[in-house]
Amino acid sequence: MTLDGIFNVMIYEPFAFGRSWVHSLDPRFRVVFATVYSFTVALLNQFPSLLFALAFSLVLALMARLNVRDVSKRLFVVFLFLLLIWVVLPFTFEGEAVYSFGTLAITKPGLVFSAQITIKSISILLAFMATIATMTTVTLGRALNRLHIPGKLVHLLMITYRYIFVIEQEYQRLWTAIKIRGFRPKTNLHSYKTYAYLIGMLFVRASIRAERVSQAMRCRGFKGRFYSLGSFPPSSRNWVFSALMASVISLLIILEIS
Amino acid sequence: MHISEGVLSGPVFLTGGALAAVGTAVGLKKMDYDRIAQVGILASAFFVASLVHVNIGPSSVHLILNGIVGLMLGWAAFPAILVALTLQAVFFQYGGITALGINTLIMAFPAVVCFYLFGPLIKKKHFIAMAASFACGFFSVLFSAVMLGGALIFTQENLQEVSFLVVMANLPVMIIDGIITAFCVAFLKKVHPEILYGFR
Repeated sequence: MTLDGIFNVMIYEPFAFGRSWVHSLDPRFRVVFATVYSFTVALLNQFPSLLFALAFSLVLALMARLNVRDVSKRLFVVFLFLLLIWVVLPFTFEGEAVYSFGTLAITKPGLVFSAQITIKSISILLAFMATIATMTTVTLGRALNRLHIPGKLVHLLMITYRYIFVIEQEYQRLWTAIKIRGFRPKTNLHSYKTYAYLIGMLFVRASIRAERVSQAMRCRGFKGRFYSLGSFPPSSRNWVFSALMASVISLLIILEIS
Repeated sequence: MHISEGVLSGPVFLTGGALAAVGTAVGLKKMDYDRIAQVGILASAFFVASLVHVNIGPSSVHLILNGIVGLMLGWAAFPAILVALTLQAVFFQYGGITALGINTLIMAFPAVVCFYLFGPLIKKKHFIAMAASFACGFFSVLFSAVMLGGALIFTQENLQEVSFLVVMANLPVMIIDGIITAFCVAFLKKVHPEILYGFR
């Protein structure tokens, strides 16, 4: 495989723009409840509660009116991982055998564990796509800022986000230059050396650019704080969402314990 | 290299998250405001570079490069890697929220350890520096794989075989990352040495 294939998975945010009910919610509420919900689901073990979580995550995805093709593309990667789990775990677990042939045996605990992982990961990712991926990264940064995540960290997130696209273009330029000179990636030291210098050059250019950016920011009076302008308008929808999420989370806990 | 959502048990991902938070706090404290642009843009470069696939025989592996990140950023590797993983989650949804902490720990802790172990050695003469940077690339990936395996075993004793497989499967990545790190550090020393943390 060559390097050309990588950025076919163009870095972009397919869910960030939309007109659904979820898109119109206050990002702060979405971040908080997505976090609490994800952690709750990750801690579940009983099947009634797990299945309820899966169903609710699907509802969330429907409410956010996510594009089915984009969702399945993203879930496909997870399915590959889950397939591996289903191939390996039922055979390697110790416990009561459900079915055995020769020295191999499919065990019940192995099947249960695989099923738990499958439901949990799909539920958490669907909820993440529906609530967090439905805002732009800039909005996410603003929400995190208001939620009192350390300013330096939010600032770092914004700068990294801003420059990923620039650095990617830089990378494409370097890669074109390498290809024009007839480079073909192979399994040999020359190829690895070329990759190493390519990556080294990427870091060098990033660092020199950072120096310039830093100076430019200082020139414009940067004093170490990123002020986020704009506010999140209050709306009754946010409280409906909060009530919904809170009741679902409590229901999950009740189902889990009972 | 990362653990998917929903795999780990509560105690494991909560502990991982807490430790990652401590590491990030230390990293943020050590990083003054003048350095934010540097750390942020290097984090973008790390994000892009870790998408690069390198041929190995008929197949290809993607680079991890946490060793180099450690050498360039020291403790700031924690916030940088946390941010890069967050953006990966936002863009590609390979991961969600609950595994973010432990995945940051798995990548960033080896980066910091290798920074302390090999950072002083890469300032030495050519041959020692080359060997140290190879070791830095190799061991940072090895430590990450071992931590990932450990997290799986703490979740479920029955995952021992899987953990072992994870470490073994990453052996080629360790070697490639080692080679790339060795040449890359030699290159950086010649071209722009102040990018490496100890050189300033």
